[in-house]
Amino acid sequence: MDVARTEVALKRRVGRGGAARLGLLALPVAFFAVFFAYPVAAIVGRGLKADGTWQFGRLADVLTQSGVRDVLWFTTWQALASTALTLLIALPGAYVFARFAFPGKQVLRAVVTVPFVLPTVVVGTAFLALAGRGGLLDELWGVRLDTTVWAILLAHVFFNYAVVVRTVGGLWAQLDPRQEEAARMLGASRLTAWRTVTLPALAPAVAAAALMVFLFTFTSFGVVQILGGPTFSTLEVEIYRQTTEIFDLTTAAVLTLVQFTAVGAVLAVHAWTVRRRETALRLVDASVTARRPRGAGQWALLAGVLVTIAVLLLLPLAVLVQRSFDASGFAYYRALTSEDGGTFLVPPIDAIGNSLSYAVVATAIAVLVGGLAAVALTRRDAGRFVRGFDALLMLPLGVSAVTVGFGFLIALDEPPLNLRASWILVPLAQALVGVPFVVRTMLPVLRAVDVRLREAAAVLGASPWRAWREVDLPMVRRALLVAAGFAFAVSLGEFGATVFIARPDRPTLPVAVARLLGRPGDLNYGQAMALSTILMVVCAVALLVLERLRTDRTGEF
Amino acid sequence: MSNTKKFTAVVVGLGLVTLSACGSEESAGSGDSKTVTLVSHDSWVVSKSVIADFEKQSGYQVKVLKDGDAGQAVNKAILTKDNPQGDVLFGVDNTLLSRALDNGLFQPHEAKDSDLVLPEYRADQEQHRVTAVDTGDICVNYDKAYFSERKLEPPKTLDDLVEPPYKNLLVTENASTSSPGLGFLLGTAAKYGDDGWADYWKKLKANGVKVVDGWEQAYNEEFSGSAGGKKAGGDRPLVVSYASSPPAEVVFADPKPKTAPTGVAEGTCFRQVEYAGLLSNAKNPEGGKALLDFMLTKQFQDDMPLNMFVYPVREGAQVPQEFVKYGPQAKDPQTMDPAKIAENRDEWVKSWTSLVLK
Repeated sequence: MDVARTEVALKRRVGRGGAARLGLLALPVAFFAVFFAYPVAAIVGRGLKADGTWQFGRLADVLTQSGVRDVLWFTTWQALASTALTLLIALPGAYVFARFAFPGKQVLRAVVTVPFVLPTVVVGTAFLALAGRGGLLDELWGVRLDTTVWAILLAHVFFNYAVVVRTVGGLWAQLDPRQEEAARMLGASRLTAWRTVTLPALAPAVAAAALMVFLFTFTSFGVVQILGGPTFSTLEVEIYRQTTEIFDLTTAAVLTLVQFTAVGAVLAVHAWTVRRRETALRLVDASVTARRPRGAGQWALLAGVLVTIAVLLLLPLAVLVQRSFDASGFAYYRALTSEDGGTFLVPPIDAIGNSLSYAVVATAIAVLVGGLAAVALTRRDAGRFVRGFDALLMLPLGVSAVTVGFGFLIALDEPPLNLRASWILVPLAQALVGVPFVVRTMLPVLRAVDVRLREAAAVLGASPWRAWREVDLPMVRRALLVAAGFAFAVSLGEFGATVFIARPDRPTLPVAVARLLGRPGDLNYGQAMALSTILMVVCAVALLVLERLRTDRTGEF
Repeated sequence: MSNTKKFTAVVVGLGLVTLSACGSEESAGSGDSKTVTLVSHDSWVVSKSVIADFEKQSGYQVKVLKDGDAGQAVNKAILTKDNPQGDVLFGVDNTLLSRALDNGLFQPHEAKDSDLVLPEYRADQEQHRVTAVDTGDICVNYDKAYFSERKLEPPKTLDDLVEPPYKNLLVTENASTSSPGLGFLLGTAAKYGDDGWADYWKKLKANGVKVVDGWEQAYNEEFSGSAGGKKAGGDRPLVVSYASSPPAEVVFADPKPKTAPTGVAEGTCFRQVEYAGLLSNAKNPEGGKALLDFMLTKQFQDDMPLNMFVYPVREGAQVPQEFVKYGPQAKDPQTMDPAKIAENRDEWVKSWTSLVLK
């Protein structure tokens, strides 16, 4: 009798679960509808509509232009090459971070993540300072890589190294090494054991990392624009040129749709590999799998990885820092506090305060929206609609920032959404990029919470809210902080959309850096380097704090 | 309705209300009849005392929104036409003028002293939607030291640039992303005509012209004659820049040299005129009109040249000594009707891109 009543109660609760999930999704859906889908649709629609009629015929016109085909071809092959090169260079790093214990590992893991959250203007500038005209390599050996495709590829490795180390390394650290040892005991060679035991377990993570890198390099903007010169252009750069310089909104709209389709396909594959990974593995605590390297081979591997990191990641950052000092010391930093020069209406140093306050608001929005979405997506009974939404949440990472920025400009200028003159526009745009990181960080942790605990709480009479607060929240609090930290760092670094909507008298750090770089003269260049260094330090501190908060399963980043 | 749903609905509702409240508050600020907002490209500079005088005389506070480079500022203004970011837009040049007018960006206002604008710079005379404010020439600059060391005559005309002595010496800008780059292309189109310009560029390419993305890179990194280029080890003694660049090399140098280190090839120039206009849906049209009138006063026209490195358009306005001495204005620059530019610009840029960049 009692048992039956409990079962009925439980069923009712589970039935309500569907409604609750929709309720949880309402805010994220509304957020994306209003601040992503609507502005993007508005600007694309403006491009495809002329005199009130749709111009779908223009689609074919644009797509058959040889220039457009060249751009599409270059975009694809450089993304494939960048992805391959990144995997080649970063996979040994993932192994080293996963399996070896060595002093300074935590700090180093934070440092290699710094480039990933740095704005691309800064990354591009760091590479120019290293490999451009008059750069370090030029001075030493007369090597100049700017305006070659090598500069672009290497910058992409620099940028995405952390994606592979964190995604693949994170999982690798949790794979039980005893499985591979068992295979070897049974007579398999080292290679065979690795190929038959570890590789299949890692493959989905490698695929997911590869797809993320592909996504980021396929939509590469700042790196290509700064390092590529006039000859190289990705779809993203071309959308920017067509929109801001040539003002051919039709071509821009068509290119946006092309990029949308490609990114959608990549995300669909990504979602599929993520699901496979989440279901297939039994994991152990990362802290027990790492040990000191043994034997010459392992020491050599560790040394090789450290040298690679030093040359490829630390050197460009160091060049940036070095350039921020002039012969007499802090002159460029001091210049940041002065108002004159005409570049800004405010001293450049104000950009730090602007950036920090925008990032705080953006983080709050991203955590609220992304957190709710992640909770809704956690449900095991999530249907196809919900899973589709999971992929949709990633789309802002793959849609041209200039499209989003211009979309904001034309779509959000009427009551009740007259936001164009409002400061909130910038954090909203930044939150769009932050949400995917929050979701990706929270989801695996939330999914790891045993459903039976929640059910037990429900059976004992707890409301869903109380069950969440008492069961889920304590377990995910750290993940929530990590997610917030990522959203914060990403907001600090967001450039593409911010540059279009930041008010001229309230520039953010990346916007100020870009504007200073666009001005002639020694002092402007030095100030750009000084501001970049400040941004870098702020990001690094945020990431170091995150390292301290890392849980065993902190998701995919 | 479940609790969660209600909660979410409340949050969304509150959010939107707060957001729109922020929005309307801000836009009320910019629509204030005491404030006049000027939208401009990044190069806008005026002496503080001059703006202060205007504010005192007119009773308006001037707010400036610098909105990217010239092309971006115009494009953003067109996109936001129905609810503009300001009252007056400054910085539409003759290469962009038709785009702005065709899109209905401006409303008519005949500025007070517009009859004093030199006739060759006037535009849109029937409707007075724009007012010419300044002018400048896009010209090939040369590094004087380079040519005197080699006892080589610097080039004088566009024809000279394709001659063997000047092989691999010129750097120019991408015509699709840079306004001097586009101006130079239009200059060649004006000189050699619809049929001849492409041939000219073929010859220029064969003679080793180098194309970079923007003016900054061309002038401050590649060009051997500028202060920046010398530091960066630039090795091209010819660059597409402005007629006012040589005086700028003197004005911004410390100590000041006796003569400019660079010169202008006068037969290579294309004349740019910059206009300002009252935005169609300006919230403070009266303030905007006052600001436009002010831009043609002698005070403003005299102040402008050494701030923005352009020439005045008002009759009798003072051309600074530095300009006369170090970089005289070209006598017979190429020009082109804005309507013709509008008609051909995109096609020319496209052909130019496939001809020169591929």
